[in-house]
Amino acid sequence: MSAMDLFEDLPERPAGGVYLDNNATTAVAPEVREVLLPYLTSHYGNPSSMHGFGADAGRAVDRARDQVTALIAAESPSEVVFTGGGSESDNLAIVGTLRAYPDRKHIVSTVVEHPAVLGLCRELESRHGYEVTYLPVDARGGLDLDELRAAIRPDTAVVSIMAANNETGVVFPYERIGEIVKAAGAVYHVDAVQAVGKLPMDMSASTIDLLSLSGHKLHACKGVGALYVRRGTKLRPLIVGGHQERGRRAGTENVPGLAALGEACELAGRHMDEERTRVRELRDRLETRIVDAVPDCRVNGDPDHRLPNTSNISFDYIEGEGILLLLDRFGIGASSGSACTSGSLEPSHVLKAMGIPFISAHGSVRFSLSRYTTEEEIDYTAAVIPRIVDRLRTITPFSEQRQTF
Amino acid sequence: MWDYSDKVLDHFMNPRNVGTLEDPDGVGEVGSMACGDALRLTFKLDADERIADARFQTFGCGSAIASSSILTEMIKGKTLEEAASITNEDIARELDGLPREKMHCSVMGREALEAAMIDYYKKLGKGVPCTLIKQDVEICHCFQVNKSTIRDAVMQYQLKDIEDVTHHTKAGGGCTQCHHDIQHIIDECLEKIESGEAEAPQDGVVQISGLPGNGGRLEQVREVLENDIARALRTDGGDIELVEIRGNEVHVRLTGACASCPSSQATIKGWVEGQLREHVSEDLEVIEVGR
Repeated sequence: MSAMDLFEDLPERPAGGVYLDNNATTAVAPEVREVLLPYLTSHYGNPSSMHGFGADAGRAVDRARDQVTALIAAESPSEVVFTGGGSESDNLAIVGTLRAYPDRKHIVSTVVEHPAVLGLCRELESRHGYEVTYLPVDARGGLDLDELRAAIRPDTAVVSIMAANNETGVVFPYERIGEIVKAAGAVYHVDAVQAVGKLPMDMSASTIDLLSLSGHKLHACKGVGALYVRRGTKLRPLIVGGHQERGRRAGTENVPGLAALGEACELAGRHMDEERTRVRELRDRLETRIVDAVPDCRVNGDPDHRLPNTSNISFDYIEGEGILLLLDRFGIGASSGSACTSGSLEPSHVLKAMGIPFISAHGSVRFSLSRYTTEEEIDYTAAVIPRIVDRLRTITPFSEQRQTF
Repeated sequence: MWDYSDKVLDHFMNPRNVGTLEDPDGVGEVGSMACGDALRLTFKLDADERIADARFQTFGCGSAIASSSILTEMIKGKTLEEAASITNEDIARELDGLPREKMHCSVMGREALEAAMIDYYKKLGKGVPCTLIKQDVEICHCFQVNKSTIRDAVMQYQLKDIEDVTHHTKAGGGCTQCHHDIQHIIDECLEKIESGEAEAPQDGVVQISGLPGNGGRLEQVREVLENDIARALRTDGGDIELVEIRGNEVHVRLTGACASCPSSQATIKGWVEGQLREHVSEDLEVIEVGR
């Protein structure tokens, strides 16, 4: 069997390849890069220093804080704490709350959280004596709010639930969840790493106490993020030392990173409508073409409550790593919930929690678009996918008889 | 992104011998959809009992497909005896190496080959060579990995921890409930390696002193030998009889197809003893007597 026939009569490959893995990380926006660079060269001062060099850097941090504040419509820039990324924001939110409420030993979260939250919760359970209730999800990846209501106890310190799922793009009703959490008297943390920049956020009219966001998911650079902390929310720091971030996160500010994050937030605000219109249309176009052309595939998640840029599709009888390797040969980058791609042996915990059968979970592929995705790229990808699936299905023992093993 | 060799990528992109053979002489199927990988291997022999043709179908990642593809190339033209000596390490080597986390893909190839050969011998009504018999305990239920597979991997690669075992065999990569058992196997093997026992040919009678009496164990041993061990051997044309029990030494004689099998000693030490230790007592030692 030769690879040659795979490439015959294909539309021309878009220059630079096709990047459809924006939920993993995004390209740094050209405008962001321009804003960032001077802080690596001429404006290298420490914001805490008493001279012009420091003042330049300090102004950059202030400006970035204003820009983040604006994107999530927080009431005051003082509610924004800069961190080293989404995982740190999640850790600060959860551990910082537990330390602020030492008598409360219970946490509520869900089975489909990002590892940043899940891994932390498991650690808190197994080594620190906390009890965690993990809410299940239904076949579409949705939560049962009655179960949430029943799960919160008087000793629940924090309820940590993501805004949007990184794998399926399923968006939880985070304000309705917040009403329940606040009525029950717990602190409400939302991991909004995938949602910020794709969905409008309004902290001034929100139930959310703590909200995590990450720079590199919205066209800033890696290693920078923020935690929104509603004024009056009790929180103990994780990193202790200097006075930076009003004592809530010690360490000299990552000035270039923060300048980038600020600019990226401003751009995201400006392009928000495009996510909901053009990006969504492209995503739907890709999805429709694939589903029409490929038998035995399905879209995972809730089509009515989904991020506009994300599509998670299962191709039955084949395995995801093979799909990704072949896509890569065509210059297309995507990701998979298959076991083999991660080095773990279990398929995606999110798809498993939704009850997606093994036959589909192993062959799931996530396409995540950005505002830089073009129609040409989508059409090229839609032309490539059926060939790849076809090829792998001629190799698998399952497609021939479908019930062999 | 895995650091796959060019050869792995070549066999993934241009897999050789995909499909199934009509009227194959041997068919081996291993793995399952739940495991995340599965392989069906078929082969046909020529008049000289050499493998004339082989085909595979694989559900799995790039390295699983590449391992299957190269295996079909490796076994063509070989006698079954020659093919049986191919180890998973040979498969990985032929591919210019596999990432550590992907070694289990080559193990699956080796297992499918074994299964296909057992299928051939059984169809013919011939005794299955003892080297191919792996009647043992399933340790990892998530990925259906047996004790002998884990033990072989630990001994062969001198694996030191559970993570290594998982990378090589998949065992322990699921619910983690078997981690305790895997650790136990690792400890056992490391002890053997350190004491030099693993290197030594198992040809002598191990001296055991200060043994308790037989007690009711004679009956238990007889029962396990008859119900579990002899029955399994008979399906492959062999048999076993109990000669005597001396202290903790169980003296047995192999008959039928097993009697002429050069690797019966391994069968005795590896499997019969394992069964007796598991069902009767941990301290039993099996000794084969006069053929």
